[in-house]
Amino acid sequence: MSGPSTYQPKTAFTRWLDERLPIIRFTQEHLMAFPTPRNLNVWYSFGGILAFFLGLQIATGIVLAMHYTPDAARAFDSIEHIMRDVNSGWLIRYLHANGASMFFLAVYIHMFRGLYYGSYKAPRELLWILGVLIYALMILTAFLGYTLPWGQMSLWAATVITSLFSAVPGIGQPIVEWLRGGFGVDNPTLNRFFSLHYLLPFVLAGVVALHIWALHVPGNNNPLGIDVKSPRDTVPFHPYYTVKDLFYLSCFLILFSVFVFFAPDALSSPDNAERANPLVTPPEIVPEWYFLPYYAILRSIPNKLMGVIALFGALGVLFFVPWLDWSKVRSARFRPVYKQFFWLFVADCVILGYVGAHPVDATLLNTSIPLLWIGRIAALYYFAFFFPIMPLVGKHEKPNPLPDSIANSVLGSAPQRSETAP
Amino acid sequence: MNAKCLVFTVLFAAIVAVPACAQEAASASVPAGQGAAPRPVEVETLPPRSGNFFFESPFGTYDRASLQRGFQVYREVCSACHSLNYIAFRNLADEGGPGLTPEQVRALAAAYRVPAGPNEQGQTVDANGQTLMRSATPSDRFPPPFPNEQAARASNNGALPPDLSLIEKARVGGANYVYSILTGYGQQPPAGVTVGSGRFYNPYFRGVQISMPPPLNPDSVTYADGTMATVEQEARDVATFLAWAADPKMEERKRTGFVVIIFLLVFTSLLYFSYQRVWYGQH
Amino acid sequence: MDHTQTADPTRRDFLFIATGAMGAVGAAASLWPLIEQMNPSADVLALASIEIDIASIQPGQSVTFTWRSHPLFVRRRTEAEIEAARAVPVGELLDPVARNANRPENAPATDENRLTPNVGGPQGAQAMRRGEWLVLVGVCTHLGCTPAASTPQVPEGQYGGWLCHCHGSQYDVAGRVRVGPAPRNLDVPPYQFLSDTRIRVG
Repeated sequence: MSGPSTYQPKTAFTRWLDERLPIIRFTQEHLMAFPTPRNLNVWYSFGGILAFFLGLQIATGIVLAMHYTPDAARAFDSIEHIMRDVNSGWLIRYLHANGASMFFLAVYIHMFRGLYYGSYKAPRELLWILGVLIYALMILTAFLGYTLPWGQMSLWAATVITSLFSAVPGIGQPIVEWLRGGFGVDNPTLNRFFSLHYLLPFVLAGVVALHIWALHVPGNNNPLGIDVKSPRDTVPFHPYYTVKDLFYLSCFLILFSVFVFFAPDALSSPDNAERANPLVTPPEIVPEWYFLPYYAILRSIPNKLMGVIALFGALGVLFFVPWLDWSKVRSARFRPVYKQFFWLFVADCVILGYVGAHPVDATLLNTSIPLLWIGRIAALYYFAFFFPIMPLVGKHEKPNPLPDSIANSVLGSAPQRSETAP
Repeated sequence: MNAKCLVFTVLFAAIVAVPACAQEAASASVPAGQGAAPRPVEVETLPPRSGNFFFESPFGTYDRASLQRGFQVYREVCSACHSLNYIAFRNLADEGGPGLTPEQVRALAAAYRVPAGPNEQGQTVDANGQTLMRSATPSDRFPPPFPNEQAARASNNGALPPDLSLIEKARVGGANYVYSILTGYGQQPPAGVTVGSGRFYNPYFRGVQISMPPPLNPDSVTYADGTMATVEQEARDVATFLAWAADPKMEERKRTGFVVIIFLLVFTSLLYFSYQRVWYGQH
Repeated sequence: MDHTQTADPTRRDFLFIATGAMGAVGAAASLWPLIEQMNPSADVLALASIEIDIASIQPGQSVTFTWRSHPLFVRRRTEAEIEAARAVPVGELLDPVARNANRPENAPATDENRLTPNVGGPQGAQAMRRGEWLVLVGVCTHLGCTPAASTPQVPEGQYGGWLCHCHGSQYDVAGRVRVGPAPRNLDVPPYQFLSDTRIRVG
């Protein structure tokens, strides 16, 4: 909810600029004065964290592209050149590789936040859909990027994912060959993956702009899930949320730095330190950790086509969430039944990830319980959470009483002499 | 609120560590045999045993003397079959490495022969068909023992000795893996395991049968610094050297990380206090 | 909770200033590797110094090597050429400065100053006394083309040295510019004799 702008250009130059391209007014309105609910908690800081990491990935990626050679015979060598010879090359490479993992960690927390507080509900349906679109672009970009070092896992993950499309009836194999530019994943595939990997982050940035625009029309949701009713409910984004977001970003960067500087290869597969060899398949083909739940869902269905449909369906179902939840109440804080199912869903995703990390015929720890069955149950719950749990719980649950306003909930009902906005 | 940040950080670490550990566990505990095909006798490959390498700890550095000894082991034993393609002679003088002097590097390089470019007549081979060679310079990389994969296999009963520049990044356990393999020979295979001809039993190698004959013996090398050259010592030193070969920037990386994290801890505290100051009375 | 901001303004400002300053330092320090990475990498720098075998070069012959991605002219001059080069008064030259990395910056462009004093051992010194060897960076000082070297069969330019075909600059047998539009003599790179058959450049 943005009211009329209070920006007054003070100098001749700023007046001139404001009449032609009101960029300062825009910044003041949307990044500084923007009224934001005063009760946002830590889980609401991940949007800012994501924006930072998008910038980081683009900056480090462009720099890496100055030294990388996207040719199958030289790609692996060029990565070693970056790691060993390029000034600070090792740092930039590790920032980019681990930055991708942090990017996904942040986006998962961001999405879970949305599911918990009902941020996808009216009037923010399009905001959510744009968000899922961003997530899909992230998945695609990450997959393309992982191929570029041309290690064993790069080659074989690309082989597995492109061959999924052979499940399409009739035209499957021609699609696979069209994607690959050949019969197997080889130089033509690498070259086009590089081109697309460079392109998609900018498409993504454009969708992020739409995402923030769509957010600024209704304004932010908040942990209580109730609408802003008066200016007492909000504070200006700057300095309140700039400093708060910076604080949480800084905490997150500590975690990031631990990985980059002390465990830089912990999240990647050792097989990718070996040059790609189309004649030798690695013993286990495992995707990066952020794809493991999808991998588990794919492998839990014995039929190839149904497995592929389930894989894409697991992502696709997210687009429909605004219409799957029939509750009148947004925030899970006041939805005791939904809350339980939500946390079960979070645990379910972690379980799916665990299953996806292991071979298909593995058993749980030292027992003889096949992980495959755990995975199947977990996959079933994954889809059940969206349908029928979301609609049925939403319709029949008795929510707890909502507070009457954000301000009263935060500040108490006595009239306040509140801090004037700087 | 600082506790919140701590919980926050720990939660992330936990959420991320679970899949990371799962991945590691997955790759480590794999039964012997071929890929997804039905496996006959299942013998578990042993996970690598720890060599207690100091450089693996967060503040660890490479033992310079060990690096030099390990380089000697590589040069005198391993380089007969294993290439070290990504290491140039000049890297041996780099900071954070074995610490040879530039003169030592120049002398060392000059003792190697590498293919020379075309001569003035444009020829790359001499009258006998032998490739024209020249002395190596520090900017050259270590020349491989075999010109291509086929020649390597032909000399090694069809097995391909892998390049060692990245071997410790490419195997779960890293230095511990190399150390375990090199010290893992000489054990009796369990009942039911028949060691094929041309192969050797080694429980740390995937499939427990390795094509490489035991490369190290006591006093395979005579260490320049006088250290007693037991198999364990040689294995430890070459595992250290190969750890550096795979990760020459490790010391610089940890040094930088230390500074960055201290900076971030201080900066985060300042931000926390700023946050509290800005929000005073607004919560 | 009724509260007014009566905190001491200087204390509050200091906190924000300190935080902001630290943030700026952190941002600059983070930006530095992204800028530094464009500087030549270690493998490029390693080739900044090369060693050349000059044993097979005949008197009167000019051979081109590659050094730091540029042509490097190595010329073994005949006695006649050396004498001709020494006979030129410095005042007649378009560029009277030696442009030799092995000599002081303002050294005059005598023939002797176009050679290196960095000789290794008596044999190297002998070769140097005869002034046989000329080592030049083969980049025309006008706009960077590669000049063509004179041979006994095919002279390039009137001074027996080099002719740049791009815009007509001519250099003599000491690599000094005699006809423009090139403004400066061909640069002499830092080099030394390791023996009388081997030089290290850079």
